[in-house]
Amino acid sequence: MSDAEAAARLVAFGMRPKALPGRDPDYADLVRRYREDDDYRDTVQRVASGLGLVVLAVDSAPGIVLAATEGSVFEIRMDSYARRTALANRQADKVLHGIAHLAVAALAFPRPDDLGDDSYVGRVSVELVDGAVREACRVLDERAAGPADPESDAPQLEEVWRVWQRRPEATATKDGRAGESTTRGIVGKALRFLADQGFLVPVGAEGAYRTTPRYQVQVRELAAQRTFDELLSLNVLPAGSATPSLVSGDRGPDDDNHSRAGGGADV
Amino acid sequence: MTGSVYPVTTGAGGVVGRAGRRTTVVGVSTISPDEGVARRLKALACTAPLHDLDARKGRLEWDAVGYQMAEIGLQAIDQVTLAMDFDHGADHGEVVRRLLPFVGAQVPHAPREEHARVAQWVIDNLVNVGSIDRGFAVEYGGSDAEGNYVRRRFDFKLLVEVAAPDGGVYLRASDEAINVLVGALDTDVESAQEAAETKLETLIVRGRLGDARLAAEQARYRTVQYAESLRRKLEATRRDVRSVDWLDAVPALLNEALTHIEARYRAETMIKANIADARDEATEPGRRRQAAELVEVVDDCIQRHTQLQARLQEAGAAFRAEQDRQQFSGRPQRPSVDVFGQLLRPSLGLTVSAAHDPVAAFFTAGTGVSNPVVPSLGGLVETLLTPPTDRDPFGSEVPEPELAPQPAERFGADTWAATDDVLPRAGRDGDTASVRLSDALARARTAGEDLPQLVALRAVHAVGTAIGTARTQGDPSVLIAVDDGTVLADPEFGGADLLLAVAGVTAGRVTAGRVTAGRVTGGRVTGDRGTSEE
Repeated sequence: MSDAEAAARLVAFGMRPKALPGRDPDYADLVRRYREDDDYRDTVQRVASGLGLVVLAVDSAPGIVLAATEGSVFEIRMDSYARRTALANRQADKVLHGIAHLAVAALAFPRPDDLGDDSYVGRVSVELVDGAVREACRVLDERAAGPADPESDAPQLEEVWRVWQRRPEATATKDGRAGESTTRGIVGKALRFLADQGFLVPVGAEGAYRTTPRYQVQVRELAAQRTFDELLSLNVLPAGSATPSLVSGDRGPDDDNHSRAGGGADV
Repeated sequence: MTGSVYPVTTGAGGVVGRAGRRTTVVGVSTISPDEGVARRLKALACTAPLHDLDARKGRLEWDAVGYQMAEIGLQAIDQVTLAMDFDHGADHGEVVRRLLPFVGAQVPHAPREEHARVAQWVIDNLVNVGSIDRGFAVEYGGSDAEGNYVRRRFDFKLLVEVAAPDGGVYLRASDEAINVLVGALDTDVESAQEAAETKLETLIVRGRLGDARLAAEQARYRTVQYAESLRRKLEATRRDVRSVDWLDAVPALLNEALTHIEARYRAETMIKANIADARDEATEPGRRRQAAELVEVVDDCIQRHTQLQARLQEAGAAFRAEQDRQQFSGRPQRPSVDVFGQLLRPSLGLTVSAAHDPVAAFFTAGTGVSNPVVPSLGGLVETLLTPPTDRDPFGSEVPEPELAPQPAERFGADTWAATDDVLPRAGRDGDTASVRLSDALARARTAGEDLPQLVALRAVHAVGTAIGTARTQGDPSVLIAVDDGTVLADPEFGGADLLLAVAGVTAGRVTAGRVTAGRVTGGRVTGDRGTSEE
């Protein structure tokens, strides 16, 4: 098998959402070769780049993780994902779908450590994700300074948390499932989509999912960084820090926090 | 209030000005006269959907003019508020069922299906089924920081559908709805509760029990509202341990809630003892009944507080378990982005147009690669070369339906109808007319061959009539047979010469544990407990 063919095969494995080196000895061999053979690695990266792909990581657990470059045929576009929405709130709907994906990642990897730790497996469910976003919205609502209500003639200037908060979490439908345009419907769609992409695996019967190493790599190496840069360009990010910003109030170093939290738990 | 303070990042141009937002801190008034107007406009807006119900009832394709929709709407909010508890909302079907007596009282002669349809229509409209947000919005104006007139949109909901852990969808009444219902618009939950209870005590001391009942119910709504706000806070802290300040805020919150419950429990027990005295001393049956109802309401308040207290006590353990699970982990292995704090929360704070780019970037980068669907050349050629199939203008053949054998009916519909003429019927012979079985049989025999047997069977069935079943089914009247000892002399059938009559089924009211009898025509329906027959 020529190098070029072997390289293309590895890239092809990366296009299969469910293929894993652990399940396929050929795949595992190619991954090992990528890690050991510099020439082969270079060929793989060239093949991927020619196809409009970027190699994010190659490791025994996730296999090869690929991302599409901008404008590539392999790119998944928000427009095609959120196609079935009413024209009137298309922009708001697209943002809600994006927020749902962001929230799934946020709940799957609640702390920076979780995203950094290769052995970490996150668990998410529709209730968990929607509940956490609603809570974040409620906190933003409580803290919001300025007028309590949005301006009526400029819907695009309304804050996202208002839109999410206003959307019902569930509606009674004839077949007993949450309505598609509800927040739970939107989160459920995101979870199913990520499961189809091999990023999540359903566990148990109650709609819970666990994360795969592939998802962790995807979020850590690409998605989080890109969003971070976008937000930086909008001037809305404080300087990053290693400690989780989820914690409220002033915090000392991590160890200190453990003892503080333990002491404060006595209710 | 969690009291936690983390920096809120707001989008460029997302937040206008910092002054003017009303705070929840008691005693600090930052309300400008302009905002007072806005608040009153908003309060007024909450009642609009109720008025709208009556305005639109004339345009329905069925006749609904006889119903007072706003009244039913208020009753619906009432019933949802009372039925929702700590964990669940109110079951949809249950609320409709509870509304039926109120709807039925307005247009008693209409069929029960219409009553149910009216109740359903009112609930759907209070949820605002059909709109994407399932809520209401109203525009109002006010001046901004620079003094320019700005139109704003106030979004509110009355009944909200929520998902329960079991997957069902339940109804909850929103804060706006509870405020409209109670009439105390935009007041602090706790102080309003205190006020309601003080009022209650005064009324009891002065012996005005009718008003006291009203005040007790108001206190109950306040209790429910307080439980609701606590539930939300507890849920949030349980979901996300680190979003709360463990050192001060959570213990303070729990202590505050427990102290509050303790005080309310003491106050309500005292009120209850006082009312019980009033009830025992009262000689007039009306006052006695009022006092008894009051005891019931206060009992319910106490029960709700107890439920809430149990939750608060469990909360501490749940927090500790969550903390153990979440806090112990290794050091960060590589610097990573905090997705929640650095990406999700800032994005939520952006405006819709500003947030589009970051979230779309996350979506595109976070969903991986798609495999574009490419038709294979072989498949494409084959598809193109396949001759188009001729479509039969008459469509495809209709499959022969498989018919299940129909169960044989001993008596046809005609026979049933004919026995109806022979047997007494409500409205035709009046309520009190009854017929001897022998007479009915004699009349049946002249009318048809099968009739006497069916008449006899129906008469025998009527001996054991279950009033409860008829009430559950919603039948307006039921045929009953009484054996008064007369022996039946008939060539075909033997036994007792039963006395056949119809009895109206209606809802009665419970007074101090006793069922009052009411007639179909005369009795005013005030509750849904108890049955009466005539």
